[in-house]
Amino acid sequence: MEPVVSVHGLRKRYGQFEAVAGIDLEIERGEIFAFLGPNGAGKTTTVEILEGFRTRTEGVVSVLGVDPAKGDPAWRNRVGAVLQESNAEPGLTVRESLQLYSGYYNEPRDIDETIALVGLQEKADTIGTNLSGGQRRRLDVALALIGDPELIFLDEPTTGFDPSARRTAWHVIDGLRELGKTVFLTTHYMEEAEQLADRIAVIAGGKIVAEGTPGTLGGRNRMAATIRFTLPEGTGADDLPPELRALLAGEDGRVTLTTQTPLAHLHVLTDWAIARGIDLPDIDVRRPTLEDVYLELTEAPA
Amino acid sequence: MILLWLWRRWRRRRDAAAEEEAETPAEFRPTPARKGPTAAARGPVALVLHQAYYDLRGFLRNKQARFFTLALPLLFLVVFVSVFGSDKIGPTNVAARTYYVPGISALAVIAASFVNLVITITVLREEGILKRRRATPVPAWTLIAGRTLMAIAVSLISMIVLMLVGRFAYGVKLPTRTIPGIALTAVVGSISFCALAYAFSTAIENEDAAQPMVQAIMLPLYFISGVFIPAVNLPNWLKHVAQVFPVEHLSDGLHHAFAPTTTGAGIIWSDIGVLALWGAIGLGFALWRFSWLPKAATG
Repeated sequence: MEPVVSVHGLRKRYGQFEAVAGIDLEIERGEIFAFLGPNGAGKTTTVEILEGFRTRTEGVVSVLGVDPAKGDPAWRNRVGAVLQESNAEPGLTVRESLQLYSGYYNEPRDIDETIALVGLQEKADTIGTNLSGGQRRRLDVALALIGDPELIFLDEPTTGFDPSARRTAWHVIDGLRELGKTVFLTTHYMEEAEQLADRIAVIAGGKIVAEGTPGTLGGRNRMAATIRFTLPEGTGADDLPPELRALLAGEDGRVTLTTQTPLAHLHVLTDWAIARGIDLPDIDVRRPTLEDVYLELTEAPA
Repeated sequence: MILLWLWRRWRRRRDAAAEEEAETPAEFRPTPARKGPTAAARGPVALVLHQAYYDLRGFLRNKQARFFTLALPLLFLVVFVSVFGSDKIGPTNVAARTYYVPGISALAVIAASFVNLVITITVLREEGILKRRRATPVPAWTLIAGRTLMAIAVSLISMIVLMLVGRFAYGVKLPTRTIPGIALTAVVGSISFCALAYAFSTAIENEDAAQPMVQAIMLPLYFISGVFIPAVNLPNWLKHVAQVFPVEHLSDGLHHAFAPTTTGAGIIWSDIGVLALWGAIGLGFALWRFSWLPKAATG
């Protein structure tokens, strides 16, 4: 099946500055795709090119089989967009805003069903501009959904949210999966990408630096695990068996070992400790988090 | 002053009611199932009316817009008529009360079409609302036509209120024969000032600048265009300056259409022509410069 979004060699230059420096992407139908990167990495520029708001300098772009630069109303019927910054319609209630937008489409979704989908039933008769930040964002999602699009762009949907509002928003976005929508999400929170996305591409400096599922991104599944513990008084790292000493990555009160085979090395360590009659009460074994991977990937090259 | 007091009292009550409403969560009332096709499916005219209806709803809920567009012209009428009473003034030498109904009507048309629109467009653009609407299939011209239709409706409502207050509070005789002239001048004026509003909004960087910039341009024009004081009291050169701008022609057209001495339908074609020309210039400029995206850059 033809991909919903396909991008080849996309570039966007502003004078000497290259905001997007050659990007390739393919997004399949029904996928929740996260475009993860720090501020200024080129996320919004890319999304706005895909939404048809900006022109590109170079490259081939196809969204639902159409070049967004030539998107007509028929194409806009099939695409929904939650923009990074857009306020509520002034003076209109949640329901009235949805009534206004549903009039723009030939085959819109049911208004009440859409209000319920984003959890704003209680606020249906509240003026949009009086909603809290999180509720206003959910209204944005409802406005993007009312035309029943196949593909939805969500540009940093939870920036500036408190944790509970973020959870609610995630719940709403997760609900889009059940509707079978294809979702293109941009975010600078790796936790958000990990929570929601089927697939993640990390963008830094206008280039995609890694791509994969939340579990495998950046070779995370193959990266070394870390074993950390504190030795009791009178015992030093030098007393460890030689095969563990070889793994020593640091000792600052706590000993840190890095290993590709955490289970086998843990076994050696516990045998050694029991034989010596000592306990390691604060032992902890850790796989690199997505955050570690992300920070490593997006660190500005020296 | 009584009007102002009444208005304040009404506003206080309304705010109290709104606050109460905001505290108690509204009961979830299902919308009746949609009957028949949507506005978009019923064609461009239905879509323009749909847009104008919701624009008008939003406008009527905006206190500041209501005050500047509907209440302020009324206040001006009361003040000017109270000060000048029955002095004979103006090019048509009529009583001040008869003079100020069309004069302030010109102000009302400009308030609804130009002042309100420049501010609204700037806010909608800077807050990303125009951009979000552009992400839907709604054609651009529909949004513009809907908003213009709303401005014409508000202009006419505001004028009718001024005329009724003039008639019943001050005994101003309202002409019936020249209704075509009054209506045509008001509608052409309203459309032209809407086009100018779209053009002028392109020069405004942010929401805070909109109100002061619009007033800075309009206040002097009101003074030299026969809106606040009759143009006969002005030096000749200033009259010529005023005649370059559209405010004078809207004001002049309405003054003639309202004057008891005017014969025929009261249509001053030269005024309508200049208004239309300004409208065309505004439209051309707007088509060239108008942007749906906020001027404040986003990452």
